[in-house]
This record gives sequence, structure tokens and C-alpha cells, in this order.
Amino acid sequence: MSDIQRVPWWRDRRVVPWLVQGAVGVAILVVIALLLGNLVRNLTAAGLLLTWRWLGQPASFDVAESLIPFDASMPYWRVLVVGLVNSLRAIVVGLVGATVLGTAVGMAAFSGNGLLRRLARVYVEVIRNIPLLLQLLFWYFVVFLALPNSTAALQWPGVVLSKSGLYLAWFADGFQWQGPTLVNDVWRAPLRLSVEFSALITGLITYTGAFVAEVVRGGIAAVPRGQWEAATSLGLHWSATMRTVVLPQALRVIVPGLNSQYISLAKNSALAVAVGYADLYSVSETTLNQTGRALEVFLLLLGAYLLIDLVISVLMNGVNQLVQIRER
Amino acid sequence: MVLSLLLASCASDGGGGGEGVQSQKMETIRSRGKLVCGVDGKLPGFSFLGPDGTYSGLDADTCRAVAAAILGDPEMVEYRDLNSSERFAALASGEVDMLARNTTMTLSRDSAGGNGISFGPTTFYDGQGLMAPVASGIKTLKDLAGKPICVESGTTTELNLADRMREQGIAYTPLKFQTGDQTYAAYLGGRCVAVTSDRSQLAAKRSSFPQPDAHILLPEVMSKEPLTPASINGDPAWADALRWTVYALFQAEELGITQANVAAKVAEAKANTNLADLRRFLGVEGDFGKQLGLPADFVPKAIAAVGNYGEIFERNVGAGSPLKLERAENRQWKDGGLIYSPPFR
Repeated sequence: MSDIQRVPWWRDRRVVPWLVQGAVGVAILVVIALLLGNLVRNLTAAGLLLTWRWLGQPASFDVAESLIPFDASMPYWRVLVVGLVNSLRAIVVGLVGATVLGTAVGMAAFSGNGLLRRLARVYVEVIRNIPLLLQLLFWYFVVFLALPNSTAALQWPGVVLSKSGLYLAWFADGFQWQGPTLVNDVWRAPLRLSVEFSALITGLITYTGAFVAEVVRGGIAAVPRGQWEAATSLGLHWSATMRTVVLPQALRVIVPGLNSQYISLAKNSALAVAVGYADLYSVSETTLNQTGRALEVFLLLLGAYLLIDLVISVLMNGVNQLVQIRER
Repeated sequence: MVLSLLLASCASDGGGGGEGVQSQKMETIRSRGKLVCGVDGKLPGFSFLGPDGTYSGLDADTCRAVAAAILGDPEMVEYRDLNSSERFAALASGEVDMLARNTTMTLSRDSAGGNGISFGPTTFYDGQGLMAPVASGIKTLKDLAGKPICVESGTTTELNLADRMREQGIAYTPLKFQTGDQTYAAYLGGRCVAVTSDRSQLAAKRSSFPQPDAHILLPEVMSKEPLTPASINGDPAWADALRWTVYALFQAEELGITQANVAAKVAEAKANTNLADLRRFLGVEGDFGKQLGLPADFVPKAIAAVGNYGEIFERNVGAGSPLKLERAENRQWKDGGLIYSPPFR
């Protein structure tokens, strides 16, 4: 035994990888510590070291629309929550709308009606090749602000459309169906969408809808032709074929693609500031200007959008598992 | 021996001011050969990029005067258009050397615990007002109850509006836009019944509307808005240079020194040793420039570049401009206004 030469530790296969990894790990930690230390040192020198006390101070600015009670005497954290709720409202409505529109347009690409097919194509090609910001500004300044004033509003049963917003009939005061009414030249209705919100979701839905349509079209195209032919030979007509045979199989391809479109929509909702909608970014900007806490406000903003997108991802991964083929 | 000589020479230098003035910012500006000045760029009368590619206005002239004072050439200015939200970050990060961007001086902007910037002398005393279409029949704040009002986000006007309306218990909808362009487009599009901003800015924007006469400024003045050039905290020498260059423009008006006669005044001061005040002011005698870290002739250079404060006012926002604003609070202190230069002594 004794004449078997032992491998020295610096050539030992069991020791060396640990040493190398340890050294690399320490080096990375040192670099991070240096960077953080540098950041803290410079921030301290500039008097900008992280602090969160301002969150409790009164915001003293108003927000145009809010789903939760808010007035200017409430603290900053509250106004940020108001912005977050407003953002989520736009994101949720946008997701639902874009999915419905996109699915319809994506399916239309396989319609037997040539006009419908071409319309779907034109819609997709026009919308997805124009920057979203431009489209939002177009919807807001050109379309919605061209609507008539309150007194000359466009009226249909239960629906009023004017420059100040979209007013819809809905249940109110103990489940009574209530239509919009004009009081002192101002419309009142149980359900009111401001033109800013309307322009934002119109823009988000039409824009994301075009991308969703392409994902849906790709998913449907991935279903083998034989499936269509088999369904047709069973006597199913187009809509039944689509609903019961093709779409369920196409979903497996569609869902992962939808995930990234949904995430884009959530991120794009921050463009709301361009059309005057009081979303999270808009209220954060005012907060930043008043408090001067740029770093903290941006950390909160980054965290909030990251969280929203991660939640969307997790949900979509769940949906993805539901629609996958379960192999035994 | 050599060392002690060196030390002695340093000491005498320091005693005399001049090179003893330590300012990183001023060194940067000198070595760059240009002053980077943050302006609005879209506000007629204050800073407006004209069709010929040059900036005009009261704020732009402040930049020019400072460039003339420190670099000797008023054209050595690089303008940077900034919106209300960007301006303080641009100053804090050193992207611009100074702001002359119709910025209201406030406690939280000045303080080290707030935005931490250093304000110079106020170049325009303004107040917040409201503009509404004549046809709307709106005359007072009360008429705005329940109505949407357009406002640029990130401005003091946004807060003043909230405060005034809260005081009077008037509910309203603030519609905030990121840029002035969007704010006024929404107002002209009829989304808001009124738009609020500094009265000078409203007058300036109105002058560029298709029908200026169709809009009125409400008589109500909602706030004090001292529009003031600013530099970064932590470079007191640079802040002093900025401050006294602006004061020099005030003082020049008081002394009757204009862009046209400044050369003659310098010649007169050089010829007549009895005019001690004038000689000191124009840098013929004494070392004011050196004390500030500026050339000795920074005052005549600044005046020759843009004229005195009165001339700047008349040319950009006063009777000689489309804005036709009254001097009002912006008269010299001797005429009952607030423009007052501390003594050059």
C-alpha cells in the first residue's frame, strides 16, 4: 500500500474542482461587494442613499381616475397602489380583448370566405408594422378627441360616447338596470370609461391582437391537414371542425407563444403616460418629481413590472401544462 | 529650499483668488470649450428652437450670458432640450452644466434632502394661471367644478392646482401629460375645459395657437412661481459664477449699461479713474473676476452678448415680442419691482 504514490492534492480530481469553484465564487462576491460599496459610497456622497420614509408622506396630488378611494391627502404608497390598480385594470382588459380579437382573426385566416381571409391579413400586416406609441397617440388625439362634446354626444340605447368618455348602462343601486343620464352637461352612468383608458386599451388590444392572431394562425397551421380532412369526412362543418378538432390540438402550440405576447402587453401598458392615463408609471413620475427619490421609485417600478410579468408567466405555464398531451 | 519656494508661491496665489478657486464644473466647461445648458426648447419667449436652428428667449439668453462670462463667447453653448421630468436628473447626473429651463425655485428642489440643486437669482417672477376658451364662459376656479383640467406632469403647477382646489373644496379631474406638446394638444382637442401652467407659459403657448384670441387667461393667480436658473449642489464656485453673472445683467440695467453702449462705457471707465464703482463692475479695476474664477472682463462680455436684463426681457417676452408681457414684478427694485442686484463690491 505504502508504495502506491498518493496523488498530490493540487492534482486531486476531488479537490481541484472545489478549489476552482470556490475561487471563482469568492472573486464574483468580491466584485459584487466592490460595485455595491461603490454605489453606496457615491449615493451617500450625493445624499441619495436609499430611504423609504417618503412613502408615508402625503402625496398631495390628485389622480384622474381610481378604482380604490383616493384623495390628495393620502400617502405616496397609496397613490402608487392606485397607479398599480389602474395598470392592472388596463392589462387585464387588454389581455382578454387581445385574446378574443387575436383568436378570431387567427381563425379567420383559415376561413372559406376569401374577403374575410384577406381582411385578416391586411389587419395583421398594417397593425404590427406600426409602432405602438404612434398608434396610441393616433387613437387618442385623432380618434377619441375627435368625438363630440358631452352635450352633442353620440347616443345609442345604453351607450353614450363623447369626448369625456364612454358611458355604459349597467346594474346600479340594488341591481337596477341604469342607463347614462345627462346632469348639468356632465354624463353620469354606472359604468364609465375615460377616453384615456379607452384609447389605451383600444391601442393595446388592436396591437397585441395582431401578434396573437399570428400565434393562433401558426398553431392552427401546425395541425396536420389529415385532421381537417378526417373531421370533414365525418360530416362536421367548418365551425365544428375548428372548435372540436383543430383548436384543441392547436392550443399546444399556441399557449407558449401567447405567453410572450401577454408579457409584451403588460410592459407596453406603461405607454399609458403618452395618452394621459394615470397608470403606475404616470403616478410614479409625479412621485419622483416631488420626492426626488429617483432610485427608490425606479426600483419599485422595476419590481412591480417584473412581478406582474412573472405572475403572467406562472399562470401561462399552468395553462400550458393543462393543454399538453398527457403521456402515459 | 525649492519646496518652500513652491509652497510660498502657492500661498500667494491662493491669497489672490483666481487660480485658487476650485471648481470641477468650471474646469470641465473650460476644457470642453462649451457650456451645456438644459432648456425647455419649445417655449416661445423663454427657450425656443427657431427654424434657423438657433435658440432664442430669456432662458437661452441666460445660457449665452454665462457662456460669454466663462468662455468669452456667447455662442459656445450646447443646448439640451429637457422635459419637466428629466431636468433634475439631467442636472444631477452632470449631463448638463446648468438649467435655464423656466424652473420654479422651491424648498424641496433646493434642499440637499430633496432634489439637491443650487438656485441662482430668479430671472422671471411668475405665477400660475389658468387658460380656458372664451366660448366656454369659464371665469373663475369655481366654474371648473367637476371638469377635466390639463396639466403637465412633474411640475409645481400640478401640485398647486391640487392644493388650491382642495382648499376651495372643488372636485376636478387632473389630466396629466408628459410633455407640454401633448398637454396643449389635448387642451386644443377639447379634452379639457382648461389648461394650467405658469402665466408666462400660457401666454407664450397662446401666441402660437391658430386663434390666440379665442382663449383667455383667468385673472386668478394661484401661486408664486419664481423661475430661476440652477446648477448642481456641491460646486459652490460654479454656483457663484452663475449667480453673479445673472446679477451683472440686473446691475447693468440699473447702471444704464446696454449692449450698444457697453464698449463705450468700458472705454469711459478706463479713461476716468474717478469712476471707481463702474471700473470695478466692468473689471477695469479690482479682481472680482478672479475671485469668482472668471476672466476679469466677464461682465462686459456678458452684457455685450445679450444686453442688460431689461433688454433681454423686452426682446424676448416684453413689448418687443409676440408675448407682450408687462414687466410687472420683473421691474427693477427702484421702479417697484423685485429685480435687485446685491452690490458689486
